[in-house]
Amino acid sequence: MSDNSKCDNHVLHKSRRKVLKSLAAGIGLIALPGKEASASVWEEFFQKHFRELSKDELKQVITRLEKKYSQQFGKQVNVKATPPIEGVKYGYGLDLSRCIGCRRCVYACVGENNQSRDPQIHWIRVMQLDKEKGVDLSHAEHYYNPATVPEKGHFYMPVQCQQCEKPPCTKVCPVQATWKENDGIVVVDYNWCIGCRYCMAACPYGARHFNWGKPGLPAKDVNTNTHYLGNRPRPKGVVEKCTFCIQRTREQPGRYPACEEICPVGARKFGNLLDPESEIRYLIENKRVFIFKEELNTQPKFFYFYAT
Amino acid sequence: MKTRSLARPMLVLVALLSVQCLSAARSEAARVKEFDRSGKLVVVEKTGAEQLPTYNIKNKQPEKIYPVPRPPFSEGVFPCSQCHSYIKPNPKQRVLTDYHEEIVLHHAEGQRWCTDCHNLLNRDKLRLVSGELIDFSESYRLCGQCHGDKFRDWKVGVHGKRTGNWNGDKQYLLCVHCHNPHDPKFKPLKPLSPPERPGSIRH
Repeated sequence: MSDNSKCDNHVLHKSRRKVLKSLAAGIGLIALPGKEASASVWEEFFQKHFRELSKDELKQVITRLEKKYSQQFGKQVNVKATPPIEGVKYGYGLDLSRCIGCRRCVYACVGENNQSRDPQIHWIRVMQLDKEKGVDLSHAEHYYNPATVPEKGHFYMPVQCQQCEKPPCTKVCPVQATWKENDGIVVVDYNWCIGCRYCMAACPYGARHFNWGKPGLPAKDVNTNTHYLGNRPRPKGVVEKCTFCIQRTREQPGRYPACEEICPVGARKFGNLLDPESEIRYLIENKRVFIFKEELNTQPKFFYFYAT
Repeated sequence: MKTRSLARPMLVLVALLSVQCLSAARSEAARVKEFDRSGKLVVVEKTGAEQLPTYNIKNKQPEKIYPVPRPPFSEGVFPCSQCHSYIKPNPKQRVLTDYHEEIVLHHAEGQRWCTDCHNLLNRDKLRLVSGELIDFSESYRLCGQCHGDKFRDWKVGVHGKRTGNWNGDKQYLLCVHCHNPHDPKFKPLKPLSPPERPGSIRH
């Protein structure tokens, strides 16, 4: 039999060009939202990077998100995009001589920042360390659960995003979905994040968390005061992190972060590093200060200190 | 002769003026060079009172009043005078048996007695070592007499909890909101639940 007759026998006889064309069109169709998708999905699909949005575009994005979240949770959810305050660089202080490891901060943070309850995501991890060993992470335990804390011979070290001045996480992002703002807060645009998790690998503090599943956030627990770059509800497949409660601290007057407000021993301090009268400056100038993994030169704006 | 008679009142006037100027310099605001916390030489505006030598206790600035919530009194005990105005003050050191027996002093108990801090005659007031009587809402001054380092840190918001706005109004807590003045060691707490182990998290 000749080659020609072989082709004739084939039922779906098409030219090579036609096959490639239809294949490309098919793939394109799969990638695009379906017919039933509403206009908002299209808008979200074609949304620009947060920092390239014009004022009007940002307004549209905010309105779209507010509508989406309000529908999703059945109550009015407000989304802000408050810009950094001029002349402010946030700094955080944590008194290691006071912290008793009660984990009140962990759950205050979850409530304030709309983290997924199930699967569980915590932005703060409290490590129990041996007083004899000091800050030696090979002896750190964060699943401790005694009847009461503090336990004898131990001290406690909560770790969260250190808001580095030289953040390794933002450097590795292939799409620039995460960056450091002018007030020093490292933020993530959840609409731009592709979920590659390079930043999680780059962060030496384990401060970034991935939404492996659809975030389980009960409507009754939603904090409706949200910020685009902070605690607005996240989709599945994006990375999230502590933002020093950007939705609270970027206001005039700005409230203290939720973890600072809840701490029963007053171990947490927060303020403007550029203000010589702030408590954060006082403790840096007058107390023994410890910077976590200083040798990595990430230059955290999170200062552990000993007040005693 | 005429010039001499004029010169005398002029001399008196000049002397009076110079005395006036000197005293004015002492009591009026002035710019003073000082080292700030970071060791930089700065020029600061100082009021007359601030320029007086502080080693003299009479020149001491009155303590700033800090905004604090109501002191954590036990239910129904305040004002103390509602009972104590009918009781004859007894300054004798003894074991309390009729009332307040739940108060067990565990705060340098060997060296202290109720009336070292509570005023004997007016029970609604606290008493400083200097004899000054203060309200319970100013009790930080009483604690600060011994714990001066903590008081200093508390004032700038580094010791103890301060809430409110980082760039606005701040709410202080009194020492006694966290430390029982009769037994000041911070009491242990039950920790909230630990995080789930990675194996048990369902996605």
